[in-house]
Amino acid sequence: MKKFGFTTAQSRSIDYDKVNTKLIKYIIENESSFSTCISCGACTATCSAGNITHFNIRRLNIQIRLGKYETIKQEIDKCMLCGKCMLVCPRGINTRNVIMLIKKGLTTLDLSD
Amino acid sequence: MIEEYFVLPFIIGLFVLLVTLAIKYVSWIVQLSHIDKLRVLQGFFTRRTLSAIKKIWKECLLHTRIFKTNPLLGYMHMSFAFGWFVLILVGHIESYIHAESLSVPPWESIFFRYFHHEHFVGERFFAHFMDFILLYILSGVFLAYAKRLYSRVFGIKRSTKLKPKDRIALLSLWLIFPARLFAEGATASLYGNGGFVTGTLGGVFSFFEINSSFELAMWWIYSSSLGVFFITLPFTRYMHIPTEVLFILLREYGIQLKKEYNSVSKIQVYSCSRCGICIDACQMHHAEISNNQSVYILKNMRDENLTDRKLYNCLLCGRCEQACPVGINLNDLRISQRIQASKEFNSSYDFLTYKNTPQTDVAYFSGCMTHLTPGIKESVCAILEIAGINYLFLDKEKGACCGRPLMQAGQYQAAKKLIDYNRQQILDSGAHTLLVSCPICYKVFKDDYELGQINIKHHSEYFLELINAGYISPRKSDNIIVYHDPCELGRGANIYNEPREILKKIGKFRKVRIEKNQSLCCSGSLGDLSLSMPDRNIIKEQTLSVLLKHNPDILATACPLCKKTFVKGTFIQVKDIAEILVDSIKKKTALLPEMENVCE
Repeated sequence: MKKFGFTTAQSRSIDYDKVNTKLIKYIIENESSFSTCISCGACTATCSAGNITHFNIRRLNIQIRLGKYETIKQEIDKCMLCGKCMLVCPRGINTRNVIMLIKKGLTTLDLSD
Repeated sequence: MIEEYFVLPFIIGLFVLLVTLAIKYVSWIVQLSHIDKLRVLQGFFTRRTLSAIKKIWKECLLHTRIFKTNPLLGYMHMSFAFGWFVLILVGHIESYIHAESLSVPPWESIFFRYFHHEHFVGERFFAHFMDFILLYILSGVFLAYAKRLYSRVFGIKRSTKLKPKDRIALLSLWLIFPARLFAEGATASLYGNGGFVTGTLGGVFSFFEINSSFELAMWWIYSSSLGVFFITLPFTRYMHIPTEVLFILLREYGIQLKKEYNSVSKIQVYSCSRCGICIDACQMHHAEISNNQSVYILKNMRDENLTDRKLYNCLLCGRCEQACPVGINLNDLRISQRIQASKEFNSSYDFLTYKNTPQTDVAYFSGCMTHLTPGIKESVCAILEIAGINYLFLDKEKGACCGRPLMQAGQYQAAKKLIDYNRQQILDSGAHTLLVSCPICYKVFKDDYELGQINIKHHSEYFLELINAGYISPRKSDNIIVYHDPCELGRGANIYNEPREILKKIGKFRKVRIEKNQSLCCSGSLGDLSLSMPDRNIIKEQTLSVLLKHNPDILATACPLCKKTFVKGTFIQVKDIAEILVDSIKKKTALLPEMENVCE
């Protein structure tokens, strides 16, 4: 791609040979609607927790796919499960279930490489 | 003597039954919390025991609550329970009178006619009376056969799925009474001691010239079916028969279900008769989901093999709880399982910091869902302004969630953190009234906040008070309005009349076919974590079709989540009570310009 003058920011690219995909696989297995996310950010815009803190579900989505579990662990605790994100989601994703699955996955799964 | 071995299956069965029951009862009662044990001790020698016995009589034997669901179904259950009870009781009295003593072994009372053929005082009366009761039970057995074929006649569209051991127990129960009829008929044929039913059958048997080995075979079948039923009873749904008695007793002593799953929960789980009435109450079947209804969840809880997918797939609308003839707290039981399943990952919400709250008379908490439907919060504020109330918009900016959605997801410890935070703010404000425009918040404020003297009011309650006190005066319009009862407000907090009262004042109020404590769920519920959006839409359409049957002008509700859910499914106006009310006041007083955006 670089040959054609395009560059890709490291923070936005997912190298599937290197990333740990255990959590994302676990989530999609149990909540398949998560795979339809278009990263529009409506969830983040309406978020009650995001109103008080810097909690950002849209960013969380990328971090899950990147396998950055330490960051997710700190972030996910901020969600209050109020459900506004679910109501505004244009793709009808069960965001509350995704959050619960992340929490459960982080505590019960063996996520080491 | 060897002929009398036929009583063995019965004796073994009865022994196994009594030992298993004793073990279960003792372990449950030992596991009760200390306070609950004290409650039992204190309540035991009071009138509560008598009232429990009265309820046991009405619910366990006469099954009056099933009669309300369907008379035929009630009759079937009553004939089995009450009929069998009378049969055992009168059978014992008969054998005591015959022996002129109280020391009669149980098998002699149960198989009385096999052992005694001679005449004694009242023998004819007992023979006919026992036959009458047997006939009564047999009519129930016949209905039970018919129910398997034509369940719709009994008001049940969908019936529970059975496991092999349930089938064995069911078949043995079905066999007991016909077997008794044939056994007593055979004896009557040989010794002429039958009543009007068994005697007649005996006459038929005499025609075929039966002998004593046929008679013995019949008694063997009768005894074996009793034995099999007794042995399978503690391990199948029939365990509800003895457990429900214990459940009613404990309930009368004031022992309630706790948040955690404990022995009180177990007693409730085992009290489920798996009658299947909850299956028809559940709206999930519209989306062709038929594995997560309360009867199946309770079965999984009993067998300890409940999966997360099933556990979290429930709207917690409470329709099944309303329909349950046993009165089991189905929603709270399910939540207790969710608490169990998610207790390892509760959040601490350290970012919430206490801040100074200004003083006020009325504290208004809108909640997350009302923030998502700004029309409602603006209307509430506008009405408060018009009425001239000194109020404080508590969570106007940067408000925390009330904790109810966490509670529904089983995150009890996390919810406690939010409750503590909000509670402090409400108490600090010095308000005498807490006004809430979301039934989800309202329920948790009522149930878990422990706010002491503060009046907690849903906006429909509060606005009705304002209207009645003359603070606001709405104008009646010609709009035809129907009302949807939100689950958390209706079944959850028992508020049905206030919203209707208001609507009757501002429009032409029309009833809908299914309403109040039977009302349908909008399907938007936060109680469900895994129901997919397409399935939610199917349930929503079903609910809308009931609500909008007579083409109203406005579909009114009193919950922002119901409104948000319905808006996506219909072209008819969906409005919260506050919005309709503010419209009618504005039209009358023309207080328009300065009242816009009062919340901003």
